[in-house]
Amino acid sequence: MENPATMQAREVAPGQSIPHESAALHVSGEATYIDDIPELAGTCFVALGLSQRAHARVTHIDYQAVKSSPGVVMVMGAEDIPGVNDCGPIIHDDPILADGLVEYYGQPIFAVVATSFIAARKAVGKAVIEYEDLPAIIDVREAKRQKSWVLPPARLRRGDAQTALEKSPRRIKGEISVGGQEHFYLEGQISYAAPKEDGCIHLWCSTQHPTEMQHVVAHVLGLDLNQVVVEMRRMGGGFGGKESQSAIFACIASVAAYRLNCPVKLRLDRDDDMVATGKRHGFHYEYEVGFDDDGLIRAVSIEMAAQAGFSADLTGPVVTRAVCHLDNAYYINDVSIDAFSAKTNTQSNTAFRGFGGPQGAIAIEYIIDNIARNLGKDSLEVRKLNFYGKDDRNVTPYGQLITDNIIHELVDQLETSSDYWIRREAVEKYNSENTILRKGLALTPVKFGISFNVVHFNQAGALVHIYTDGTALVNHGGTEMGQGLHTKVAQVVALELGIDVQNVRTTATDTSKVPNTSATAASTGADLNAKAAQDAARQIRNRLALFAAKHFNGDASEVAFIDGRVSSNDKSMSFAELVNLAYQSRVQLWSDGFYKTPDLHWDAKTLQGRPFYYFAYGAAVSEVVIDTLSGEFKLLRADLLHDAGNSINPAIDIGQVEGAFIQGMGWLTSEELVWDADGRLTTHAPSTYKIPTITDCPDAFYTELYQNQCVEDTILRSKATGEPPLLLPFSVFFAIRDAIASVGQNKINPPLRAPATPEAILDAVTAVREGRDTL
Amino acid sequence: MGTSKNAIRFILDGKLIEIENIDPTRTLLQYLREDIRRVGSKEGCAEGDCGACTVVVGEAVDQRIRFRAVNACIQFLPTMDGKMLFTVESLISSRQQLHPVQQSMVDYHGSQCGFCTPGFIMSMFALYKTDADPDRKAIDDALSGNLCRCTGYRSIIEATQHMGEYPVSADADPIIYRPAGENVEDVSAQEQEMLERLDQLQRKQGLQLKYGDAQYFAPASIDELAGIYQQNPDACILAGGTDVGLWVTKQLRDLPKVIYLGNTAGLNQINETDAGIEIGAAVSLTDAFDYLATEYPELAEMFRRFSSVPVRNAATLVGNIANGSPIGDSMPALIPIGARIKLRQGSKSREIPLEDLYIDYQKNAMQSGEFIESVIVPKRDESMKFRCYKICKRFDQDISAVCAAFALRLDGDVVASIDIAYGGMAAIPKRAAQAEAVLSGNSWNEDTVRQAMNALSKDFSPLTDMRASAAYRRLAAANLLYRFYLETRTQDALTSEAVNVFAVQA
Repeated sequence: MENPATMQAREVAPGQSIPHESAALHVSGEATYIDDIPELAGTCFVALGLSQRAHARVTHIDYQAVKSSPGVVMVMGAEDIPGVNDCGPIIHDDPILADGLVEYYGQPIFAVVATSFIAARKAVGKAVIEYEDLPAIIDVREAKRQKSWVLPPARLRRGDAQTALEKSPRRIKGEISVGGQEHFYLEGQISYAAPKEDGCIHLWCSTQHPTEMQHVVAHVLGLDLNQVVVEMRRMGGGFGGKESQSAIFACIASVAAYRLNCPVKLRLDRDDDMVATGKRHGFHYEYEVGFDDDGLIRAVSIEMAAQAGFSADLTGPVVTRAVCHLDNAYYINDVSIDAFSAKTNTQSNTAFRGFGGPQGAIAIEYIIDNIARNLGKDSLEVRKLNFYGKDDRNVTPYGQLITDNIIHELVDQLETSSDYWIRREAVEKYNSENTILRKGLALTPVKFGISFNVVHFNQAGALVHIYTDGTALVNHGGTEMGQGLHTKVAQVVALELGIDVQNVRTTATDTSKVPNTSATAASTGADLNAKAAQDAARQIRNRLALFAAKHFNGDASEVAFIDGRVSSNDKSMSFAELVNLAYQSRVQLWSDGFYKTPDLHWDAKTLQGRPFYYFAYGAAVSEVVIDTLSGEFKLLRADLLHDAGNSINPAIDIGQVEGAFIQGMGWLTSEELVWDADGRLTTHAPSTYKIPTITDCPDAFYTELYQNQCVEDTILRSKATGEPPLLLPFSVFFAIRDAIASVGQNKINPPLRAPATPEAILDAVTAVREGRDTL
Repeated sequence: MGTSKNAIRFILDGKLIEIENIDPTRTLLQYLREDIRRVGSKEGCAEGDCGACTVVVGEAVDQRIRFRAVNACIQFLPTMDGKMLFTVESLISSRQQLHPVQQSMVDYHGSQCGFCTPGFIMSMFALYKTDADPDRKAIDDALSGNLCRCTGYRSIIEATQHMGEYPVSADADPIIYRPAGENVEDVSAQEQEMLERLDQLQRKQGLQLKYGDAQYFAPASIDELAGIYQQNPDACILAGGTDVGLWVTKQLRDLPKVIYLGNTAGLNQINETDAGIEIGAAVSLTDAFDYLATEYPELAEMFRRFSSVPVRNAATLVGNIANGSPIGDSMPALIPIGARIKLRQGSKSREIPLEDLYIDYQKNAMQSGEFIESVIVPKRDESMKFRCYKICKRFDQDISAVCAAFALRLDGDVVASIDIAYGGMAAIPKRAAQAEAVLSGNSWNEDTVRQAMNALSKDFSPLTDMRASAAYRRLAAANLLYRFYLETRTQDALTSEAVNVFAVQA
């Protein structure tokens, strides 16, 4: 009933760079995280007993000394779980507490509940556990060799890669190795469970997936879903690590609370968190590419093995996304992909920003980098040559027609704004004048598919309440982990109601308010939840417009809601006044809202369909200098251009882009996961696992959002920005590779593994010096 | 001021806090979060590596209050005795107005998940008190101990660059706020009052605390310290606590007897004598490095990269030396320049070369009840060419895979003397005797340097661990000697811009 023109104008309103809704609370220390909630009387604390073997039968456990340790209230093992001992999100192969069999070093075996955190931790060390060792697989290549899988292999074929390879004028074969990544959310895993009347549980949990926590807790306690409430105001970072992996801690805290009938908090010590929880999947690839003399790819055949760890967790969809991002921004006519979910006796790897997408895309970037060097061309030329076309060469290997391709113009713009070619010459000049230090430059593109690959996850709900003073309260199914979701949702609601965003408050995610929610994941948080909140707000607006039209003797389609005032027929009043009048006239001032992403379909067996609503694009240029004596490197400059569509909040989106860039750079450079021969993770604390610090942020760091509007009807025509920019720092990795290649006159493809630590860089330098393209 | 004997006193937000009957190894963070529910300071790692718990400690130094950031998670509560403490909650004025560092952080979008933010705010606040208009290097140094996983730091850097532009609120406590337009060199009446209050808290006598069977000593003099340690040789000596803190938070060890050096007169001094620069056992790394970097500018980069500001503010140089870790950086840096240590046991003193302290892995030449009173670093010998290199995975706050230092004296192009020490290459910080022998008396040219690089394989059999493989350590160690040669060869010596990536500008 609203005038379609005004509605349309609102739906592409330019974004506003307002601060994060909690910014003032963050800086003042007032923002409340789970561990900051005032503890209820009688709260007990949990510490976990973790396996000291990678793969073994537990033959005997003696808890005597644990039980007599000061402050201990209860010791719990697998046998003490009342319901089902499993918290696997898809496949049910994830025991909460190991039952006789341990499958990785760090797997929780028992829980100690005590009167203090320290008492629980001190008691844990007193258990005497006897093991009978079993053969353990630590390395993903070994798992592949032994065909050790957690799930059956996935296959995608288009055309006839083998024949096309044979017919290609040029071919390259090779291997690539890319490591995993610890999430290192600053707030570790934490759950706080309180028993309520009639066997109910209230759980505060730092999680991206409150509904799933509700499900697993009900499952493990044998309760109905309506007996479990999960509440989550904010996480101190998630990055995927609190999607499924918060479950085990939610379950243990809940079981303890249920058994003891007292509130129980489980907060993991940082080392225990890093040792017990899964990470980004490391990948190993064996590929063959066929191409012509210009560098145009004819065919790719690739085997990719993901290090799943001991259980499936989310490895299935992670591998699917890797398969669906092998193409990145490039058209590959004939393609053959075999993707393996390799079972190793290590932490069960899980979602991590990008969810396999980065691991898929980096393989093709590596391949293209090789093609360019093989032909003596600049890799940017080969990249551009292989970009998806707009009118042809525009169907992905999984059968989706690309209708929003902007990679050509985006890369053109960045090529110019970053002075790519001038700097290419400068780098060459530098390298001709320097022997010890070498510079490298690379531009890499991003195309990233947005939506859950599982169609039914693409739905969301919201509640909007208007109170009689004209303020609004929003609740929706998404979770806030720092990404600014609540800010964007509040902005959308404020825009819809024509009120100041200061008058819109977003409250804690709560399974008793909006039910059956999807994880806040796959970058879809704002796409889904802001749409649902907009739907709710719009229903209220429409009711208020009808009421105002009557009140002002105007036409409902002409009622305007602007700057906190409502006007029609040359009369106006404040939004609060109108709301108050509407209340007295018994107009419903709250509404639910719902959204489901249209037009998605996916066949998980054939890996064909339209899994993505749209694609987000971006590109980055990085320039590095490396030391050929030590392998150290420094990022000198980075230019980022990213497509956020019509950004709802450019400041927040730039924060997402920059944060993802540095985080992704960490993955590919300084962040190295090391397991020793026994399968023990030896990089289990920030003293040994090195995420980027402030000096790693380059002095010359230029980030811009690409002027664009989503071709699909997304919220304000914006695009998701959580994950896609994590691929931008590929440019750092390939700039390092470029610098290394200069040692061999750019003729040899440096066998650089990720992460490119000083050691990895020096290994590749040594190989190039010796004329090898393998390690 | 009347006080209970078994208590500590400090000033929090201008208020005197007196705590009786405390566990000597209770951390400051546990006290803040659990005992008085100031939950703004967060626990991110409980080992001083993430900075989410950063607080600021004020002390009287040269008639001014000096503000320094430290990690509350590994600071034992009794060490707050006689100090001022500021937490993130301290910065809000009585009118609920944000402090300039907080407002700048909001305006420049410097927080995302917010969990690291209070720690950043406190590091920024400590910087603000000394330099409200810092350059990029000063910002990096001040914030190198604060990890952020969300922002990528650019927005935090911008917020810090702009923090000095905000007006301070009229009702602000001038101890905390820089008064607008006031000469920062002047001591305000309020600061003077705080200095007097702090002075009243200082103890002339040593402090002893009892908690159950646990004992905590903070001796007031070196003689008292020597006596207590001789009687309690099983006690744990605590200086900055940046290592001992982890024994408690990570290894869950009970420390029944702790002797704290921070209140011991004479230990917190740097003196220049004919023998060199004498740095007492309680002198922080921050102060020691500031002093030594003037004498040895070649150490400045290693000092910057040695842990982080909050750790350097708490930790001591002698603590790093006494700890004797094979991967500590100060020993390889100080051994080639001839540093010595002064040991004390009861009334007996002796002095030995630093390198003689280390015997084997975690085994040293100190006897029961003996402790290091000071380290003596010789003054600069202008004829010496000196470099120190640190290699690790990250620029800031990372433990070395290899650390190397080289001190060379040439007679024409002949090596008159060369002293080489490496960290990360053996069970102890160790000299490269074989390589030194190859070079001594020979000409300083590429051939002999290559021979010396080969000789390093006889000097060291490094380990493979999570920081690097043995093969990498060997190769990098040799290459660092080569880097040193390139920088010091008699002809066409390379500048650091040609051999050090961190010296290269965009």
